[in-house]
Amino acid sequence: MNRLPRLRVLHGLLLLLLLLLLLLVMVDAAMAQPFGLNRGTAPSEVGGFAGWILANYRMLSGLIRAAKADGSAAYTLLGISFLYGVFHAAGPGHGKAVISSYLVANNETWRRGIVLSFASAILQAFSAIAIVGVVAALLGATAKVMGDTVRVIEIVSYALILLIGLRLLWVKGRALLQAVGLKERAHAHDHAHEHGHGHHHHHDHDHDHDHDHDASAWSHGHAPEPSELAGVHWLRRGLTAIVAVGLRPCSGAIIVLVFALAQGLFWIGVASTFVMGLGTAITVAAIATLAVGARELAGRLAKAKPGAGVIILRGLETAAALVIVLFGAALLTGYLASERLMGV
Amino acid sequence: MNVLLRILFVSLLVLAAGSLAQAHPHVWVTMQTELVYAPDGTITGIRHAWSFDDMFSTFATQGLESKEKGKFTRDELAPLAKVNVESLKEFGYFTFATADGKKMELTDPAPGFWLDYKDQVLTLNFLLPFKKPVKAKELKVEIYDPSIFVDFAFAKDKPVQLAGAPKCKLDVVLPREMTFAEGKALSQIPAEEKNTTMAWGAQFASKILVHCP
Repeated sequence: MNRLPRLRVLHGLLLLLLLLLLLLVMVDAAMAQPFGLNRGTAPSEVGGFAGWILANYRMLSGLIRAAKADGSAAYTLLGISFLYGVFHAAGPGHGKAVISSYLVANNETWRRGIVLSFASAILQAFSAIAIVGVVAALLGATAKVMGDTVRVIEIVSYALILLIGLRLLWVKGRALLQAVGLKERAHAHDHAHEHGHGHHHHHDHDHDHDHDHDASAWSHGHAPEPSELAGVHWLRRGLTAIVAVGLRPCSGAIIVLVFALAQGLFWIGVASTFVMGLGTAITVAAIATLAVGARELAGRLAKAKPGAGVIILRGLETAAALVIVLFGAALLTGYLASERLMGV
Repeated sequence: MNVLLRILFVSLLVLAAGSLAQAHPHVWVTMQTELVYAPDGTITGIRHAWSFDDMFSTFATQGLESKEKGKFTRDELAPLAKVNVESLKEFGYFTFATADGKKMELTDPAPGFWLDYKDQVLTLNFLLPFKKPVKAKELKVEIYDPSIFVDFAFAKDKPVQLAGAPKCKLDVVLPREMTFAEGKALSQIPAEEKNTTMAWGAQFASKILVHCP
């Protein structure tokens, strides 16, 4: 009997630690670049193999040129593009932070996390190809026009992120308040199973017990459709997140595409962009899986703590929603600069 | 115990993923810098010649009209040069200078900046005047992008020059430790050979120091 309370305290501490870590990662994931710029000292660059790949992004130009003369150089180009995508996604960028936070807030499964990660990365590749293909290749417009196009897309994308965040914050924040209120009362089944938490908090009308993803910000206010019951609507709801994250093209891909176009090898730029997107997807999916895993662990630990556990989980979801809001707002106001296309 | 181990494992993974989160360059600039002094010995400005990497050069010249395909004259590049210089303002021209420890304000580039295009590489030439020209015993100039989106490196040939400051001594400081091999090679340069600091520093440096009497 003596060991149990101590174990509980330990669990509580671990849970807190885990939540802190999770938040830190979500924030850190996108923040390495723009915040806390220390203008006093010159920055250091990434070391190791990843650093080498990233530092040698410019060798892509040499490989594209080489591919013109010798087709086999194209394979090297694709290999480097893939690695570039993998490591590039590990760098700062709001994509994985928003996706991870979204998954945590919505209590999505890791499978869904992977689908969302891949969909947004592939959309990002399409976006870059569409911009360069239409603006540069078809219209023959300048880099400035491309830059302006990207900026418009950026604003739409950031506004979407902010909206997703606000919506989630509204739903999850209310659920948190309700959980806090509920604690006063006895509640027999709230935490009986992993996915049961969200139920009664957000539907204005009473279909509390339908299924696992009703904690969604989107299924709110209308009767569940058959497709929702079949578990399809998470994708529809995730679509907003996919678009919000994937709409904005990677500047690196745009530069490679324009260079390939100028060499008369647009298709090889397209292939390189897709392979890059594949690499990006793998990294984002890995980070998303980590976030989901941590969220599930937190859920399991919380189960052992009736009452407080639910509040902690609701708190975590609210915090994740808040992270999305903060990212959206910071990006939209320009406080958090994303990768830019400088000087064009 | 099982749960503990799993938490530990996840935490480690997460930390490893986090440590990968680093910025890296997308644009490379090879620069030549000239520090411009007035006859009375005050430092008046910094003249930059920044050559962009071939991919960015291609990107920046995309869709620009030119009489001869694949070649651009100064006039044809004038609008681009204007946009370049104007958008650099937001980033403080990536140029950070102090005179005897005090931060020096830069003004907008002097008129007459230009771009040229040679061997598929764009070079931006511009002069950044100081708001208040001062005499400085120790002048420090750093050129870098804090977000590392743009990578700045000095050219091998004539990285830094002093214009009109005959009594001053120029030093280019190494921002990173030399590797063992580099250090060894450096130690084998005869002591009487001049300017070795600069020749070597140019390969690593982003910091210019000028000492004047």
